Amino acid sequence: MSLARRVPWGGLAVLAALAVPALGSRFYTFVATDVAILALFATSLNLLLGYTGLVSFGHAAYFALGAYTCGILMKKAAVPFLAAWPAGGLLAALFALAFGFFCVRLTKIYFAMLTLAFAQIVWAICFKWNDVTGGEQGLPEIPYPDLGWMERLPWLGDLRTSDHFYLLTVVLVALCLGVLRRIVDSPFGRLLTTIRENPERAEFIGVHVRRYELIAFVIAGLFAGLAGGLFGIFNRGVFPDFAYWPKSSEVLIMTLLGGMGYFWGPAVGALVLLVLNQQITSYTEYWPFVLGSILIVLLFAFPGGLVGALDSARLRLLRKP
Amino acid sequence: MPDPAFLFAQSLSGLTAAMFLFLIASGLSLIFGVLRVLNFAHGSFYMLGAYLAWQVVQWVGTGPGRFWWAALGAAVGIALLGGLVERLLLRHLYGRAELYQLLFTYALVLILSDAAKVLWGTGQLSVSRPPGLTGAVRVFGTTIPYYNLFILLLGPAIALVFWLVLHRTRAGRFIRAAALDREMLGALGINVDRLYTGVFVLGSFLAGLGGALVTPVKTIVPGMDVEIIVEAFIVVVIGGLGSFWGTFLGALIYGQVLSFGILIIPRFSIFSVFALMAVVLILRPWGLLGRPLR
Amino acid sequence: MLAVHDVRKAFDGFLAVAGVSLQVARGETAAIIGPNGAGKTTLFNLITGHLKPDAGRVRLEGRDITGLPPHEICRLGLGRSFQRTNIFPRLTVFQNVQAAFISHRGRGLSLFSRVDRLYRDETEAVLASVGLLPKAGEIGAFLSHGNQKQLELAIALASEPNLLLLDEPTAGMSAAETRETIQLISRVAHDRGLTLLFTEHDMEVVFSIARKIVVLHQGRVIAEGTPAEVRGDPEVRRVYLGERR
Repeated sequence: MSLARRVPWGGLAVLAALAVPALGSRFYTFVATDVAILALFATSLNLLLGYTGLVSFGHAAYFALGAYTCGILMKKAAVPFLAAWPAGGLLAALFALAFGFFCVRLTKIYFAMLTLAFAQIVWAICFKWNDVTGGEQGLPEIPYPDLGWMERLPWLGDLRTSDHFYLLTVVLVALCLGVLRRIVDSPFGRLLTTIRENPERAEFIGVHVRRYELIAFVIAGLFAGLAGGLFGIFNRGVFPDFAYWPKSSEVLIMTLLGGMGYFWGPAVGALVLLVLNQQITSYTEYWPFVLGSILIVLLFAFPGGLVGALDSARLRLLRKP
Repeated sequence: MPDPAFLFAQSLSGLTAAMFLFLIASGLSLIFGVLRVLNFAHGSFYMLGAYLAWQVVQWVGTGPGRFWWAALGAAVGIALLGGLVERLLLRHLYGRAELYQLLFTYALVLILSDAAKVLWGTGQLSVSRPPGLTGAVRVFGTTIPYYNLFILLLGPAIALVFWLVLHRTRAGRFIRAAALDREMLGALGINVDRLYTGVFVLGSFLAGLGGALVTPVKTIVPGMDVEIIVEAFIVVVIGGLGSFWGTFLGALIYGQVLSFGILIIPRFSIFSVFALMAVVLILRPWGLLGRPLR
Repeated sequence: MLAVHDVRKAFDGFLAVAGVSLQVARGETAAIIGPNGAGKTTLFNLITGHLKPDAGRVRLEGRDITGLPPHEICRLGLGRSFQRTNIFPRLTVFQNVQAAFISHRGRGLSLFSRVDRLYRDETEAVLASVGLLPKAGEIGAFLSHGNQKQLELAIALASEPNLLLLDEPTAGMSAAETRETIQLISRVAHDRGLTLLFTEHDMEVVFSIARKIVVLHQGRVIAEGTPAEVRGDPEVRRVYLGERR
């Protein structure tokens, strides 16, 4: 197809991301880590929202489950990161399987409400189960993974621990996004889009709609959990807020801002929203007001998000040379 | 066996909470029933109703009857705000996917909560109980403020008025027809635009009224919008989205589960209401007294 | 091939289908006609599993399919098109048909293989047979109404059915489009040895291609037979043809 399609955007983005610590700014590394992790979180939601057409209002639940599981294992049981992190994703996936089993039986608004109810249950448990989750206070001081080996590598020796963790995050997020990309471009991913477009018709080309939706729900839960595990460490602690419904709307907004249904949309959304957040909160405390206004402009003027707007601009250019 | 007086007090406090919730949730349910829009900003209207009532009380003072004018003024103000929102913005999203409507009302939540902070600050505000209702009565060894008694009577009274409007007026008939079957609206020759605006205004009025009436018993703080909208969601989901009596029943159940849940499993009372909501959605997605959507 | 036995369905006490029995033999082209509200679409939905009958049985090639979900019935070799155009609007024409192949051939649960070239030859062959190959790269929603109907037929064919149910295949078409579509359908059905059951409001179309006609009125079969028999049936003339003229 066009030239833009042949550029390996993903690879370039990873290379650019890996170069961030070279700028030597603690702040840039901080923002970049945040962006990388939330890009994964939002992309996992996009599998439901943009590809399957399912509006989940409780995606934060799986993020929190991954964060708590990974955090608790590392802090309380001193489990190494390489075991604790996948365990967090796995537990999130298991809960997604259990909750999703009921959710996919409902349609539209009822689906959204039930995902919300389950997420609030997860939140209530995190909030109240003091012995395990630390309750309202959360679990501060999740340790960094042991990345001492990075110091022995050329160029990386002088970097801070947070830089090391950032590099690890970039590699892991890139791997996860690679897997998600494969799934989206697979026959399974294609059938998900038929469900988004027209569930009734999808049934009549032989698609077992509920089963496909459930599998998508579990995959989305898995990657949300993996994102959560990284976020807990980055955030130096896990808190009940991770599962609370404003977190679910935040990731919905990111996905919408970037463009649902476009693979790189949510990542772009995460980047733009977080950078904007950093900029604006340094001027004013009224970030929610700004966010709400952005959202309204988006809903009315750019329903396809930023990537969607670029895409239609590109199509217009191609049509009228 | 717990002390009966204590149980009585507990169920009465649950009942009072239920009446407030009913006031708020009935507007939410009405708007969903007719417009099929789940309005996150309903809680924000409630909060603004409270702030507005406080503001009017500052202007007119606390003399006899003044509180009631303040409450009415706040409710009317919120109704106007609701009308503007529907006419100028929401209207243009009706043809779009639910997600857009949901996120639009969520954007309103964000904007209105900050607007309230700008106008009224982040401190706690309170309104004293209206003269004449400042005392209390003792029943079975429990002290019940007159104002709470008033709310206990007001809830059913509003339910009754509401029911009469729905069943005995032309507009009410249209509203019920719209909630049951949207296709019928066109056939009945109804001006759908006006009906939608009217319903949104009425729903906003109820939210504003609820917010104003709650001020004598609760302090006004930022964040009360988010707190109430979650509760109102639970109530309408349990009772049935769009169902009038369902909302009433949902509010009663919610009030009791919350006030007794604290006794049985103190640490998990929030958990129990969300679990109840999930169970209802799984078994009867359209709620206890609702009907499946067409 | 298809045997429907005494199927009933009521909505809120209204009997939409009040005990219908009919049979379609292998290779036959059969039509169901009847005035609006006669229960044609409901009957289709009962056969294809979108609705569960209150009573009665549906058999496909001797196998009882009553109450099976649509996706399973589709896999047993029954394809259908819908009265209101029913495609995947934001997918390309190619993707619309390719998806049906993926699903039908059981590749839907393969999560990590590449989709782009999968079943390309098969998809292009089906598109060629309905005349849509030149438009393979276009987005479904942007096609003309006639092309969308062709696409729907192509999707149905990609499920490699033995029996094809078409609900008003020429609804909303001009006379010329109708003629073309009908020729297309008969040719494809003949080439693939398909059994065809369709509903249609255009009597000319019905009498030109159907070998067997079933007349439905108020949820009941009031006549059944060859076009000539049906044309001569006094009951049909009274309730149906009479009403139209």
